[in-house]
Amino acid sequence: MYIIIVGGGRVGYYLTKTLLDEGHEVLIVEKEANICEAINNEMGSICIQGDGCEAATLVAVGTERADMLVAVTGEDPDNLVACQVAKHKFSVPRTVARIRNPGNEVLFKKLGIDVTVSGTKVILELIEEDVPTHPLTHLLAIEDSGEEIVEIKIPPKADAIGKSPRQIEIPKGSRLVLVIRGGSKNRIPTINTIFREGDRIIAITTPESEEELRATLTGV
Amino acid sequence: MKVVIMGCGRVGARLARALDADGHAVTIVDNDAYSFRRLAFSPELPEFKGKALMGNGIDQEVLRRAGIEEADAFFALTQGDNRNIMACQIAKRIFEVARVICRIYDPLRQELYNTLGLEAISPTTIITQILKEKLEN
Repeated sequence: MYIIIVGGGRVGYYLTKTLLDEGHEVLIVEKEANICEAINNEMGSICIQGDGCEAATLVAVGTERADMLVAVTGEDPDNLVACQVAKHKFSVPRTVARIRNPGNEVLFKKLGIDVTVSGTKVILELIEEDVPTHPLTHLLAIEDSGEEIVEIKIPPKADAIGKSPRQIEIPKGSRLVLVIRGGSKNRIPTINTIFREGDRIIAITTPESEEELRATLTGV
Repeated sequence: MKVVIMGCGRVGARLARALDADGHAVTIVDNDAYSFRRLAFSPELPEFKGKALMGNGIDQEVLRRAGIEEADAFFALTQGDNRNIMACQIAKRIFEVARVICRIYDPLRQELYNTLGLEAISPTTIITQILKEKLEN
């Protein structure tokens, strides 16, 4: 694959190294001349000095034949614009943006960025997985629909205990798909399901309604 | 009208004062408090009665505090094209502000975002045109 990396900082550098090892064709676009020079001295001529948001630069690096553009500068606006220009002006099939503020994820998705990666969020998710008492864990993002699969554990004294799915307010855009209960068979929730303490609910939700769903199932 | 302006540079400050003088409710946001000095004096305009808020205009929380949820119009006038573009897309797509206007210096980026539905103005293009006409007339 031909992959363009915008931003030659630490993330861009190690990403490039790994992708080259895997046999991909990689090119870095970096604003700072000295960073470019250091990369080129080490890895051969693979870094072009320029602004990855500027159409002229992107023409020079042959963006129209790129399979993927990955924007990993330290600035969310720059990563957003680089991806949008690549997508809309050069029809790059896949764009990936690094985001610093996890709050920007919904916006980037809405604006058509295919994949967003947030270091902050990754660390938060690792903490969630490590701490089993955390009530909500992200299991999988469904890229095509923008939905995600989450696991929510029903804590002691939650309002939902003793109720059926019809008796609680499941937010629009969320669906409960599985109830995992220790000591019995996993089941698909029906109108007759009664929630119990410690149930692990697997649900499909959207980033927008995730918080509401969590509140419904774990609120006391 | 309720107006939120991001960027208190020369243009932002002047626009804020002019809209304020016309009776609009203006909030201006900038991440550098020192820039608000530009609101303080200007011989031909009355005193600025709007709100000046320190904060990063691409942070949705800051925009909320600036009253973007009730705003009728949003202007992005910082020095950074990409910051302006991102802020305008937040105003339009997240907060559904009716009128969103974006300054983009780079004419190519301005053209692209115009086709993507953003009302974008490039001072570079406009001033070049004016200067050219001056010489030709």
